[in-house]
Order: sequence, then C-alpha cells, then structure tokens
Amino acid sequence: MSFNNQLYFQRRLVNVINLSISMFTVVVALFFLGWILYTLFLNGFHGISAATFTKMTPPPGSAGGLVNAIMGSLLMVSVATLIGTPVGILAGTYLAEFGQTGWLAPATRFINDILLSAPSIVIGLFVYELAVHSVGHFSAWAGAMALALIVLPVVVRTTENMLQLVPSSLREAAAALGAPQWKVVMMISYKAARAGIMTGVLLAIARVFGETAPLLFTALNNQFWSTNMEGPMSSLAVIIFQFAMSPYKDWHDLAWSGALLITLFVLGLNILARSMFKNNSSN
Amino acid sequence: MMDNNIKIDVNKLNFYYGKFHAIKDVNLKVPSKKVTAFIGPSGCGKSTLLRIFNRMYDLYPNMRVEGQIMMDGRNVLDKKEDLNMLRAKVGMVFQKPTPFPMSIYDNVAFGVKLYEKLSKTEMDDRVEWALQKAALWNEVKDKLGQNGASLSGGQQQRLCIARGIAVKPEVLLLDEPCSALDPISTAKVEELIHELKADYTTVIVTHNMQQAARVSDYTAYMYLGELIEFGDTDMMFTKPSRRETEDYITGKFG
Repeated sequence: MSFNNQLYFQRRLVNVINLSISMFTVVVALFFLGWILYTLFLNGFHGISAATFTKMTPPPGSAGGLVNAIMGSLLMVSVATLIGTPVGILAGTYLAEFGQTGWLAPATRFINDILLSAPSIVIGLFVYELAVHSVGHFSAWAGAMALALIVLPVVVRTTENMLQLVPSSLREAAAALGAPQWKVVMMISYKAARAGIMTGVLLAIARVFGETAPLLFTALNNQFWSTNMEGPMSSLAVIIFQFAMSPYKDWHDLAWSGALLITLFVLGLNILARSMFKNNSSN
Repeated sequence: MMDNNIKIDVNKLNFYYGKFHAIKDVNLKVPSKKVTAFIGPSGCGKSTLLRIFNRMYDLYPNMRVEGQIMMDGRNVLDKKEDLNMLRAKVGMVFQKPTPFPMSIYDNVAFGVKLYEKLSKTEMDDRVEWALQKAALWNEVKDKLGQNGASLSGGQQQRLCIARGIAVKPEVLLLDEPCSALDPISTAKVEELIHELKADYTTVIVTHNMQQAARVSDYTAYMYLGELIEFGDTDMMFTKPSRRETEDYITGKFG
C-alpha cells in the first residue's frame, strides 16, 4: 500500500476547516448568551433587595417590590403544572405504550405537534374567548389554563420520547413473566423513564414561567397582592412587559430585576433537571 | 418417544409477520424435562418459533398464527386461553440480559408477586431459592438491595434466569441466552441448563452448534421457516438423516 501524501493533507485541511467553523459558531452562541446574562446582572442585580420580595409593585415615582408578581407567577405556573402534567403524562403514555394500532395515536401526535408549535398568543386568544369573554372578566384561572395548554404538549412529547427510549426487551421480559400491560407500564416503563419524564416536566415549567403573551389577556395584571384565582392576577412576565414599556426609570429597574429573577429561576430548573437526569442514568 | 412424555406438541404451525410467511407448517413434539435446541442460520425462524410458545407475538400488531400448540392438553394459541397464566407456566430468558430498573431482590420477586401473596420471610426464602438455583446466590447475597443493572453481563443473565424460575414455571424458553456473554459466563449458564433439566422442560435457541451439542438432548434444525430435521442430538451431530442438516452442521453453509 502506498501512502498518498496529498490525500492525507487534504483530509487534514478539511478537518481543520470544519473544526474551526463549528468552534466559531459555538463561540458566537456563547458570546450572545454571556452578553444577555451580563446585561441582566448589570441592570437587574442592584435593584434586588429585601423589598423586592416583600413590597407590592409601586406606582411610578415611589419605591416598591415585585412580591405580588412573584406570587402570581408561582400560583399560576403551579396550577398550570398540576393540570398539564397528569394529562400530558397519561397522553404520552398512551402514545408510547398503547397506541400501536388505529388512527387515534397518529392523530393525537399530529395535533400535539401543532399545539407544540402554536404561537403562545394564539393560545392566549383561545383561552380569552373561552374563559374570559364568556364570563366577562379576567381571571388567574384563565391564565393558568392558557399556561397549562403550553405545558401539555411539551409533557406529552417528552413522556412519549422517554418511554420510547425504554428498550422493548425490558417490556417483553416483564410480559414474559405474565405481567399485564398496565403493570408493565407502571412498574417497568415508568421506573426506567422516570428521570427523563421529570426532566420534561421541569423544562415545561421553566418554559411557561417566562410566558407573557398567553397571560396578557387572560390573567391581565394586578397592582395589588392577590391570591384570588377568580380575579385578575399579576405575574413577573407581564410586569416586565408593562414596566419596561413605561417611561419611568424606577419601573425600568424593577423590570430588569424581574427579568433577572425569571432567568435565575429558569437556570435553576435547568440545572436541577440536568443533575436529575445525570444521576439516574449513571446508576 | 411416548406421548405422555411430550410437553409441547406443535401441530401444523404457520406464522406470518404481515405478509411474510415466517414459520411454515411446522410439526414438532418437545419432550418433557429434556433440553431441546433449535439451530439454524439467521432468519430461519427459530427465535420466532420459540416466541410463539409463550405468545410473545401478542404484544405486536400485524402478526398472525395458524395451527395448534398443545401443552398439558390445552391449545395455548386459543384466544380464550389466559395469557398471563400461560406465561406463568412458560418462563423466558432473552438474548440480551434485561434486568429491571430495581434492586436484585425486587427483580427476582417481581414475577412471584404477580401470582402469589407471600409473607416477607416466604418471599425471602423464594428469592434465595431462585438465586441458588441460578448459581448466583453466593455472588449477590450481600448486595440484594443493589440495582440489578450494577451486575456484570453474565450475572445479569443469571439474574434473569433466577427471575424466570422464581415463578416456578414448567417450561423455560431460552432465546440465545449466551450470545452476549463471555466464555466463562457461558460455561456457567450451560452448567445451569444441565442442572435445571431435572425440573424443567427447556427449549434453547442457539447460533452456536457446539453449544447445542453440549447442552441439548434433542435438536431441531430449521431453515427458511421450515423444520428440516428433528431428533436425538447425538444422532443429529453424528449421522444426520438429511443432506441439508449435514451441510449446516459441517459448516458447508450457514
């Protein structure tokens, strides 16, 4: 065998070029991410104090905090998760474990994909028509419903994907012992896919925590402390929208602080999700 | 062979994956408390045949079976037969070890819990008994709480065998149980098959002809979905009656 030098150097050259391009793109992506984080910390961090977590959103020109918005976000996201997660996990389970024949599973999958990529403002509009216009007032229930509709397709999709990653040989082995299908799902599939499904739920929560559009005309906003799900409620995302658009300096500062809080929360959830997935797949 | 020594009686069995005719008109009598090996080149239908014995095909759509498989006077292919009771009676071990994502103890107890309500001590005894039988007890007795996946491949496969016999089945189906194992683990599993013969009717699918010769009493040679020859293992490997069988076992093809 003779060694072709020209071919060898050509291949090395192509390798170097490809590697440089991909490394360059990584640097670009990281640069902008870093820039966003830097800006958030620069503008948001000095505004965060005890007052942020104890005082209401203020009228322009006076001091205040974000506690009503934080509470509103937590409440609505929690309710949305409580609605969206069980439905999503059960639907995903059907798609992965039971829907091998018939038209229902492919149809559901198709509709779920549409829901997954639907602009969130459209979902807000839909819930507005359903739960705001019909009763005549904005409510936190409507906001939570809109968020649940965003949680749902994410959970359906990750549940299905994670269950499909469970090797079918595991299911066969359980079935070969005589376990009925529901037991195979409950005791084998869920156990094997637990970390993945939980990760999906956490990422869905992280996603809706920052959603603004579906809340704009469902939960609207509220300048005061409220835990009444029947009435309008404040949320971090909507407060950021409102305050950032205003001409007041102190409102701008609060908006930055809110943005930083959301980012840190989402970052925390992502790290949690990652560490959970890692822990489980390593043993 | 006397008829009351027959555990599984296969009559005019045909099997289809969709339109593909995978098993063609197979007739076979599997003797009780003996080891029967299915050999043949890849894709000949030996695994498919094995997986019909406990109706694994029921898990998947587009599969169709015709004919009869009699076990203790009942046709296991009858739709009215209770599938879970059949699978309690017919245990199976797969090609790749499939430990469940739970502790070693729970792996063995999993099948038992499906059929029996045992007290804690009874269950402890049963788990120990099954692990003893599978020649794994000494290696795992101090770490029964550990995840089944933490064992080595050969140990995992013996765990799967223990899990299968813990239910106390009458038939054991082994689908290439050693193909993912190293030679030492393979030897252990083969030794195990020898010991289990006293209590169980064993059917083993294997790619490895030496293995078939070592562990089995009877051998079935299959080719393209047909059963070419079935008989005493010693006879098959010394004086096969069919030309195709001889070509395969002498390595002329396959």
